[in-house]
Amino acid sequence: MRTENQKAWFFVLPVLALVAFNALVPMMTVVNYSVQETFGNNQFFWEGLGWFEQILRSDRFQAALGRQFLFTFLILLIEVPLGIIVALSMPRKGVWVPVCLVLMALPMLIPWNVVGSMWNIFTLPKIGLMGYFLNDVLGINYDMTQQPLSAWITVIVMDVWHWTSLVVLLCYAGLVSIPDAYYQAAKIDGASPWSVFRYIQLPKMKTVLTIAVLLRFMDSFNIYTEPFVLTGGGPGNSTTLLSIDLVKIALGQFDLGPAAAMSLIYFAITLLVSWVFYTLMTKDDAQ
Amino acid sequence: MAQIKLSNLRHSYMPNPQGPQDYALKEIDVTWRDGGAYALLGPSGCGKSTLLNIISGLLTPSEGQILFDDQDVTILPPDQRNIAQVFQFPVIYDTMTVGENLAFPLKNRGVDPATIKRRVDEIAEMLDVTDMLDTRASGLSPDNKQKISMGRGLVRDDVNAVMFDEPLTVIDPHLKWKLRSKLKELHQRVKATMIYVTHDQTEALTFADEVVVMQEGEVVQIGTPVELFERPQHTFVGHFIGSPGMNVLPCEAKGDRAVFEGHEVMLEGPTHGDGGRTDLGIRPEYVGFGDTGIPAHVTKVSDIGRHYVVSAMVGNTALKAVTEHQVPEPGSEVFLQFNPEQSRVYRDGWIATEERAQ
Amino acid sequence: MKKRSLIPILYIAFLMLPIYWLVAMSFKTTNEILSGFSLFPQTFTLENYITIFTDPTWYWGYINSIIYVTINTVLSVCVALPAAYAFSRYRFLGDRQLFFWLLTNRMAPAAVFALPFFQLYSSIHLFDTYLAVALAHTLFNVPLAVWILEGFMRGIPKELDETAYVDGYSFPRFFVTIFLPNIKAGVGVAAFFCFMFSWVEMLLAKTLTAVEAKPIAAVMTRTASSAGYELGLLAAAGTLTIIPGAIVIWFVRNYIARGFAMGRV
Repeated sequence: MRTENQKAWFFVLPVLALVAFNALVPMMTVVNYSVQETFGNNQFFWEGLGWFEQILRSDRFQAALGRQFLFTFLILLIEVPLGIIVALSMPRKGVWVPVCLVLMALPMLIPWNVVGSMWNIFTLPKIGLMGYFLNDVLGINYDMTQQPLSAWITVIVMDVWHWTSLVVLLCYAGLVSIPDAYYQAAKIDGASPWSVFRYIQLPKMKTVLTIAVLLRFMDSFNIYTEPFVLTGGGPGNSTTLLSIDLVKIALGQFDLGPAAAMSLIYFAITLLVSWVFYTLMTKDDAQ
Repeated sequence: MAQIKLSNLRHSYMPNPQGPQDYALKEIDVTWRDGGAYALLGPSGCGKSTLLNIISGLLTPSEGQILFDDQDVTILPPDQRNIAQVFQFPVIYDTMTVGENLAFPLKNRGVDPATIKRRVDEIAEMLDVTDMLDTRASGLSPDNKQKISMGRGLVRDDVNAVMFDEPLTVIDPHLKWKLRSKLKELHQRVKATMIYVTHDQTEALTFADEVVVMQEGEVVQIGTPVELFERPQHTFVGHFIGSPGMNVLPCEAKGDRAVFEGHEVMLEGPTHGDGGRTDLGIRPEYVGFGDTGIPAHVTKVSDIGRHYVVSAMVGNTALKAVTEHQVPEPGSEVFLQFNPEQSRVYRDGWIATEERAQ
Repeated sequence: MKKRSLIPILYIAFLMLPIYWLVAMSFKTTNEILSGFSLFPQTFTLENYITIFTDPTWYWGYINSIIYVTINTVLSVCVALPAAYAFSRYRFLGDRQLFFWLLTNRMAPAAVFALPFFQLYSSIHLFDTYLAVALAHTLFNVPLAVWILEGFMRGIPKELDETAYVDGYSFPRFFVTIFLPNIKAGVGVAAFFCFMFSWVEMLLAKTLTAVEAKPIAAVMTRTASSAGYELGLLAAAGTLTIIPGAIVIWFVRNYIARGFAMGRV
């Protein structure tokens, strides 16, 4: 279909220049820092792979990484099925469809730190709607600034609130592209609702679902602003995810070497897991 | 296998239909013999797909009943009617193999594995897809996909009827006739009632024992292909079937004659009825040339292979004639002769002459 | 049918609750907020909004955000258009690798780039300008725009290009007068997503600004800490940040679902 044309590079040049400037220069800075030690005054000393070793061995990094994986795992576990269920139960046409879509997309369009502040206000004991309801109406002792479990639940519910709609929108896009004849044929073939889902809807949603899982993985793995504004990583270090820890080290303690090494490890893990996800989810097509 | 009877069927997509114009289907009364091959023929939007969906149970009609062998199935859902339907675009389950696709309707009905295997093998053999049984269905060509979706319908041995909704739309022209003869062959083997919806007259006439011609939600004629061609009950049938279609010429009716552009034309028999708009209908195949007759001016002659189509003007009315030899020159003056056995008067579209007793 | 629509209704209710709470808070007085729980504002006040619209440090925050988001959206779409065209029409050396490399930038944690970006943009004297934030956001918006636009362009048959050349159109004229109108839905969707991600991103925007180009969200955090915990004011500022997104999404409501679905994985 596409013709061979090396001049096409000229079309790509502006993008290449822009992204290279933004990606390569900072990445080189990071690589540079990651192998050196500095004591300020712009004096650097060769450190080799020492920082990488130190980071990988440190309990702090391992704990943050563990929390990060747990967080991302829970997010995917809740948001993907929930998104599919909501998309399946949406009407396929009618006046309510655009209204539903706009309302659902709204959380995604709120600046991330406003999302954090918003949930902060929402969950304040005594003052916030959710905090008041849980503590004073249901009598559950809930205080996210004191209890790690409450903090975790709040961070997760916030992310579900924030991003499930992305899964819904993508799945919905896949669902509306299924012609009516498929549902009619399934009716005639006597297929159960589960069979319709398993053999018609799920296969047709596969592409968009791959995109959804990838995007949700990347974005939840890289999350920083919302949980930082909501909990600041606390109480203690209980909700300190990888990005929060990284920013603490880089901008808070200004430990450039370890921060840079951690950045590279972090980026490598994101790339690796994305690649594994991608290969696993598209494996069937290759056959 | 069943006889299908549609009784006083009407359907409107509006909740409160006001007049006949609000109905997509107006008053249908048809009985289809068990094991017959029928075609529903008509232009897009004539209501044929609506009718098909009502028979398969995907739609519930606003009024009237559907009877399968005298059992009222009007409100039964599709899976309880034991019908099969093949759609315009092939519907196959992408993630399954060809064999699993064919087994799917049986599996859903809890048929035992041994029977499933036997039926699937039988159908695969009939459709010539035995060697594909283990391949993924998603990679097949459109004609094979359409075969599989047909097979899913035929695999059940209790099917009352198989319905086809323009099944050859996405098939390459050179494969169309192949699939069509396969269909014909299948009909002879499984003996199920088959209903074939199409807007293509060739498909309808070659497939069906009997063709139902529809226009604007109404059945205008039911008949064998020969009947439709030889004696159209409505100018629409005359015009829609045949290539070129029947000449429909404004005329006045006088007993067993019609006056057309001042010339008297003998008809097949006496006319009945009064008033309304009258037209003389004659197929181009029955317009001949002679030394005497109705004077006409030839405007165009097209060679379409086996014969020539001559366009001519009689007064201010254009008509067409089909001839194999005796080809007049464009621009020349000729005399036309209308075959009286095939000349009829239509009043408001409907036939208004009686066949002369033989 | 009735029972099924319960799920979207419940889901939307869950989405709307925190938003309702934010809006309700913004109309309450500080006294009312601190005195305890009330579902609706008891003494309805516009005080918080008046403060925002009369204090330059507040309203300039909005203007700053809108300026750099607009620059970013225009820039991203403009450079992405020719690139997407190349990816959708031609094969060239390293095209697949390039496409994948572009997408990997979408995977980079923003936190990784915060410090190097600060140093990079300081060294070229762009720190605390609109351009710095707009350029920084192209890192993840350009790959996204290329991805979305490429999906839409692939849907346009190549015959369109060929017919235009046969008719004697030059490439630029063909691209602007024939090709662009054909993919305007795609341009809309791409612009929408660029707007969205630039509008919501805060870590880089905050890191790259100090005073002159400070985004609204950064103003919020500073004000909240320095002037005591003025929840009403915070809620009003937050409410106002929802409005631009809501307006933009209404315009593209018929395309949002399609935007990602058409892209290539």
